[in-house]
Amino acid sequence: MSLKSTTAERAREESEPGTLALVCLAAWALPGAGHLWLGRRQKAFVFMAVLPIMFAIGLMLQGRIFPFEFGEPLVVLAAVADIGLGLPWLAARLAGAGQGTVTAVTYEYGNCFLIVAGLLNFLVILDAFDVAKGRK
Amino acid sequence: MTSHVLLLVLFSLLVSTVFAVLMRDDPRAQLRTGAMMFSGLVGAAFVFGWLMYPLPL
Repeated sequence: MSLKSTTAERAREESEPGTLALVCLAAWALPGAGHLWLGRRQKAFVFMAVLPIMFAIGLMLQGRIFPFEFGEPLVVLAAVADIGLGLPWLAARLAGAGQGTVTAVTYEYGNCFLIVAGLLNFLVILDAFDVAKGRK
Repeated sequence: MTSHVLLLVLFSLLVSTVFAVLMRDDPRAQLRTGAMMFSGLVGAAFVFGWLMYPLPL
């Protein structure tokens, strides 16, 4: 008997559409909250720890939380990636953090951490969606 | 914290952790996948770094 937990063994029933939307919203607002909702606690705690840490490191490295400047397509893409982290992103924006210091040695590293943290959370949201749909 | 290597290692560690946990359900498989991804990311960075060392020619 295999001890491995396969996706087929762990498949669950599909959630209602309203619940699906709420799971995705929770997963966006707080990284890992969607998985916590769906009972995947181990994964949830890892996401809850790692993604905000990555975001905080990005801010510490003087990265920039990009605004939606529609005249600059690449800036818009970066802004979309940044927004992926939900409440930490909102809190940082409201606190005036993430202004970005272009002259700082670590500016680009900071941007990299901020952008990748947001993009990874989009993947986490998609994973939570799949779990809620019963595909995993 | 301005060490490029330290930031590279930190970034690789965090990214490989998230990917491993996303892709695998079993903790042992997560650890194995994470370790492989981490070493791949760091190793590739060093290999490409040395390959680009003579540039521009």
